[in-house]
Amino acid sequence: MLKIKNYVKVKSLEEAYELLQKRGSCILGGMLWLKMSDRRVSVAIDLCELGLDGIYETEEEYQIGCMTSLHELEKNESLNSYTQGALRESLRHIVGVQFRNCATVGGSIYGRYGFSDVLTVFMGMNTEIELYHAGRIALEEFAKGGFQKDILVRVIVKKCPLKMVYLSQRNTKTDFPVLTCCASLIDKTPRTVIGARPYRAAIMEDTQGIMKSFICMNERERLEAAESFSEYVSEHVHTDSNLRGSAQYRSHLAGILTGRAWRQIGGMADEN
Amino acid sequence: MRTEFILNGKKVQAEIEPDILLLDLLRRLGCLSVKRGCETANCGLCTVLMEDKPVLSCSILAARAEGKRIVTMEGMQREAEEFGAFLSDEGAEQCGFCNPGFIMNVFAMLKELDDPSDEEIKEYLAGNLCRCSGFVGQSRSIRKFLSYKKDKEAGI
Repeated sequence: MLKIKNYVKVKSLEEAYELLQKRGSCILGGMLWLKMSDRRVSVAIDLCELGLDGIYETEEEYQIGCMTSLHELEKNESLNSYTQGALRESLRHIVGVQFRNCATVGGSIYGRYGFSDVLTVFMGMNTEIELYHAGRIALEEFAKGGFQKDILVRVIVKKCPLKMVYLSQRNTKTDFPVLTCCASLIDKTPRTVIGARPYRAAIMEDTQGIMKSFICMNERERLEAAESFSEYVSEHVHTDSNLRGSAQYRSHLAGILTGRAWRQIGGMADEN
Repeated sequence: MRTEFILNGKKVQAEIEPDILLLDLLRRLGCLSVKRGCETANCGLCTVLMEDKPVLSCSILAARAEGKRIVTMEGMQREAEEFGAFLSDEGAEQCGFCNPGFIMNVFAMLKELDDPSDEEIKEYLAGNLCRCSGFVGQSRSIRKFLSYKKDKEAGI
């Protein structure tokens, strides 16, 4: 059971960062995952009064405050039209509306959870995160791990021409995903992100250049590329087994979802 | 530590521990409609409205509710009775344990969605689990309640 000795609603990020240096301290996000732990927290630092719960749009980027709830993201018309509904698709299967009103984007991403739909979908965009101490870094770098205790202040999505599709497989509705897949053309560059492997989301490197000129291909070539990359992903993705599925099943799924996602991006009708 | 918030329209003050969850504080304050069904933030039984939004009171620190408006089913008796009649007319429930959380989320849905489709209703209420039934009766009762509300507004 989670035990908290002190609770502080901080008045500034500076105060939060100072408190964070104390042993056993912790920043509160939505608290949904934290609550399930047996941790003993010396100081629970709450950022809820710093006005970090909003989505601001400029000409160049979206700035999403770390305390923005997943349900707010899901309802944001501009972000959803920018992602052609992929953002909403990645969020709507996460438990229920009440859960998504509590869960925050900062908590979801800072935790770099293996099961995270949120990490997968944001890695499918040109995303940076702003850490209070370390500054702005590319999300894919942060996802690899190895950063010191810090405060995730904002998630920044840099605007550029984008086409994207998000797909996930769940054993049952509202459960954790068995596998997540986000395919996107970021300013004409193809990217495929596979998450819930069950390891955290990672970009599938296209070492053979199968998808390289996807944007210039005709329909037949796109179909072939999607098919061939789907096989490549299935063979090369690093997966493992847990209660929800075996490594073999996950690798198979990764290929299937990759193929489906790229056929959708390519404008081809899909069986699903 | 001390906290103050608005519970069902009334200002309340309470002495709380830093790690007490809103659910436990609400029950301590006599709101026994708020229930813990799962311990994993999945069942929706503990749903209350915080600043008009449905949230899981099992996952929010009571300290975080400071200064906020919290509404439980105790604060919506008239509305709950009205909708509850539709639930019972459709034989939607058996044990009734999930009922308060479900009703609170239905109210939140009616506030957030305008004339929801069946698909939208299913999606909005996916986080409310009932282990006795198959949700068919609940869905029927919501559809009938929606059409009753529409008729009422139109003066039929």
